[in-house]
Amino acid sequence: MELWYSEDHSENVKFWIRFDRQLYSGRSDYQRIDVFESDEFGRVLTLDGYLMLTERDEFIYHEMITHVPMAVRPDIRDVLVIGAGDGGAVRELVRYGGIRRVDVAEIDPAVVEVCREYLPSVSCGFDDSRVALHYQDGLRFVRGRESEYDLIIVDSTDPFGPGEVLFTREFYGSCHKALRDGGIMVNQHESPFYAADADAMKRAHSRIYSSFELCRVYHAHIPTYPSGYWLFGFASKGMHPVRGLDADAWNALGLRTRYYNTKLHAGAFCLPTYVEEMLRSAERGT
Amino acid sequence: MDAANQGRAPIYEALSKLRDMRIVPFDVPGHKRGRGSGPLQDFLGERCLSVDVNSMKMLDNLCHPVGVIREAEELAADAFGAARAFFMVGGTTSSVQAMVLYACGRGDKIILPRNVHRSVINALILTGAVPVYVNPQTDPRLGIALGMGARDVAHAIEKNPGAKAVLVNNPTYYGVCSDVAGIARRAHEYGMLVLADEAHGTQFYFGEGMPSGAMALGADMSSIGAHKSGNSLTQSSFLVCGERVNADRARQMINLTQTTSASYLLLSSLDICRRDLALRGAELFAKAVRLVDYARGEINAIGDYYAFSSELVNGDSVFDFDRTKLSVNTLGIGLAGIEVYDILRDEYDIQIEFGDIANILAYITAGDKIKSIERLISAMYEIRRRYKRDGSGLLRYEYIAPHVEMTPQDAFYAPHRAATVRGAVGGICTEFVMCYPPGIPILAPGERITADIADYILYAKEKGCSLTGTEDMATENINILA
Repeated sequence: MELWYSEDHSENVKFWIRFDRQLYSGRSDYQRIDVFESDEFGRVLTLDGYLMLTERDEFIYHEMITHVPMAVRPDIRDVLVIGAGDGGAVRELVRYGGIRRVDVAEIDPAVVEVCREYLPSVSCGFDDSRVALHYQDGLRFVRGRESEYDLIIVDSTDPFGPGEVLFTREFYGSCHKALRDGGIMVNQHESPFYAADADAMKRAHSRIYSSFELCRVYHAHIPTYPSGYWLFGFASKGMHPVRGLDADAWNALGLRTRYYNTKLHAGAFCLPTYVEEMLRSAERGT
Repeated sequence: MDAANQGRAPIYEALSKLRDMRIVPFDVPGHKRGRGSGPLQDFLGERCLSVDVNSMKMLDNLCHPVGVIREAEELAADAFGAARAFFMVGGTTSSVQAMVLYACGRGDKIILPRNVHRSVINALILTGAVPVYVNPQTDPRLGIALGMGARDVAHAIEKNPGAKAVLVNNPTYYGVCSDVAGIARRAHEYGMLVLADEAHGTQFYFGEGMPSGAMALGADMSSIGAHKSGNSLTQSSFLVCGERVNADRARQMINLTQTTSASYLLLSSLDICRRDLALRGAELFAKAVRLVDYARGEINAIGDYYAFSSELVNGDSVFDFDRTKLSVNTLGIGLAGIEVYDILRDEYDIQIEFGDIANILAYITAGDKIKSIERLISAMYEIRRRYKRDGSGLLRYEYIAPHVEMTPQDAFYAPHRAATVRGAVGGICTEFVMCYPPGIPILAPGERITADIADYILYAKEKGCSLTGTEDMATENINILA
C-alpha cells in the first residue's frame, strides 16, 4: 500500500510526498488541519491541504524569517509575530536574550494545539515566559497599536485563505504605525516563479512599497514550497538590510544555525534578474 | 405565514424538473441552453445557462401567471403578509413605477418626500402626475435628509385632500424610517393609497428587533428590493399589494412596461430568496446586525468618524432606524464621503455602496465575513491616519426646497435648450440632475433652478460625485425651458 500527499503547485504541476500515516486530521473554525508522518520529510503540517512546513526543511524558513532582521538590529526588544501558529519563528526568537517580549497574534487556536501535540520540535518556543499568545485576527490585533514594536514578523499563509487580510495595504499600514522608529517588518513574500504566486508576490510588494520608507526582498531555497524557491520581504523605517548588518555583534551571540550565516545574509538580497524586474514593475504599479 | 408551505419553491422546482426532462428546444433563447455559445457557457457555466429558458406551459408566463409563477407569487404574498405579490424583473425601479402608474393618472397629485429615488420621478413623467413634495427634515451635522415628519405629511394631506397617494421610503438609503403607520392612518382617512419604497427594506419582513415592514404598518403597496438586503439576483424585485388594491388592475399596469421575455434566472432567484428568507431570514439578519454593530463600535472607537445608528431616533423625522446599514459620517477627518469612497476602492480594494458629500455607506449582509469587516475597519483607521486634514472648507448639505413650476411630464416633453450650469439659474429645468448614488434628484423636470442648486451641482462635481440624468453626459449643460 502506498499513501501519497499531493499539492498542486500550479494548474499543471503537482508535488507529491509519500507518507507513512496520518497523525491528525481535523477542521477548526477557520480551516482544515492535517499532520502526516513521512520518511523523506518527517512530519508534515498542511492547512486546507496546503503544505505549511515539514520537519526536514522548516529550519530554512524559520531561520531566514527571524535571523535576517535580528542580525541587522541585534538590540531588538519587542517583537510581534503575526500568524506563525506552528511556533517555528518564536522558537528562533526566544534564543535571543535581549528580546523581552514576543507577542503572537494567531487567529486559529487549533493550529497551536495541533502543533504543540504533533510538532514539539517546532512549537517548543511557546513555553518561554516572554511569549504571549493572542488568538485574534492579525489585522485586528495590530490595528490600534502605535510605536510598540521593534520588529514585526508576518508569518502568514497564502493570500487565499484566513491569511488574506495579511496581504492588504491596510494591514501593512497598520504594521508601520505599530513599529517604533528604526523598526523592521519581515514577511513571507510568496514565490516569483509560478504565475499565481508571482501575482500575489507583486501585489504584496507594491503595497509594502507604498507603506514603508525602505523595502527590499531576499530569498531562500525551500524544497517543499512551490518551485522550491521562496522570497521574504524586508521593510523598515529606513534601516538598510545589508548596509545595516551588524555581523560582528550577531556572531558574538554564538547562535548555532544551519542555514543562516552572516555571509549568506548579504547574498540573500542579491536577486535574479527576472525577480528584480518583477519587483521594479510592482513598484511602478505596472 | 404558513411555515410548512414556505419550504416550497415552485419556479425553482419546475426548472429543476425541466432540466431533467431534457426537452429539445426549438424556441428562444438562441443560445439553446448554452450550447450555441461556447464563450458564454464557459463564463457563466452550464448549470446557469441550462435554466435560461423561455416561458412554456410547465414554467408559466409572468405576464399572465396561472401556474408555477402564480403559486410562487402566492407564497411570496404570504411571506410578506400581503394580499398579492408580483415577481418583478426590471429592478425595484419597475416595482416603483408600477405603484405610481397604478395610483396616479395624468394630473393626479401624489405626496412624497423629496429624497425619493429617481425611479419615482421617472414614473411621474410616464404618468403625468403632479408631485407634492414634503420637506424631509435634515440632520445638519450628518448632512442627510431624514424621514418625513408626521405633522408635515398631515399638513400636505390637508392642503391636498384630493391627492391620490402618499409615497414613503421605508427606510431611506441611510436607514431612516418614517412613521409609516401614522402616515397610513391619516392618508386612509382621505382615501389616499400609501405606497412604500422598500428598495432597502427586505430585512424588515424577516429580521427580529427591527422596524416593521410597511405592509404590516398599513401600506397598500410596497416595492421590495429583494436583491439588495435580500439575496436574489440583481434586477429582481417584489411588488406586493394589500386589500385596498385591485391586483388585476395592478398587473395590467405592470404589463405596460414589463418585458414579455422575463428571465427565469431572475424569477427563480426570487423564489429561492423568498424561501430562504422565510425559513432562516431571522438568523441571517441577526448575523448582519451583529457584524454591523461590531463594525460601528470599532469605527466610532477610531475617533473623528461617526457611524450613526438608532441614537438618531427622535419619534418624528427619524421614527425608527435600520441598524443593518453601516452609514459613517466622514467630515470629522476633513474628507467628503465620496473621497473616502474613492480611497477605499483605489488604495484598499474595498468597494462600498456609496459616498456622498458627508457620508459613506457600506452594505453589510449575512454574506459578509468578519475578516472583510476587519479590513474595512482597518482601512478606515489608515485613511484617518494618512489623510486627516482640516475640514472647514467642506460644504454642509442643506435641504434645497424644490420650486415646482410644471409637472415633470409637461416639462420633460416641452421645447427646451441647453444652458451652462451657471447660465441655467432662473430657468425651468426640463430634465433630471442627480448625484448617483444615491440617485436622489437635485433637480427634477419642471423645477426652477436657483443659485444654491447650481452651487451644489458644481461642488458635487468638483468632489468627484457622479452626476447623472442630464442629456449632456458630462453635466456641463442643463436643459431648460426654451
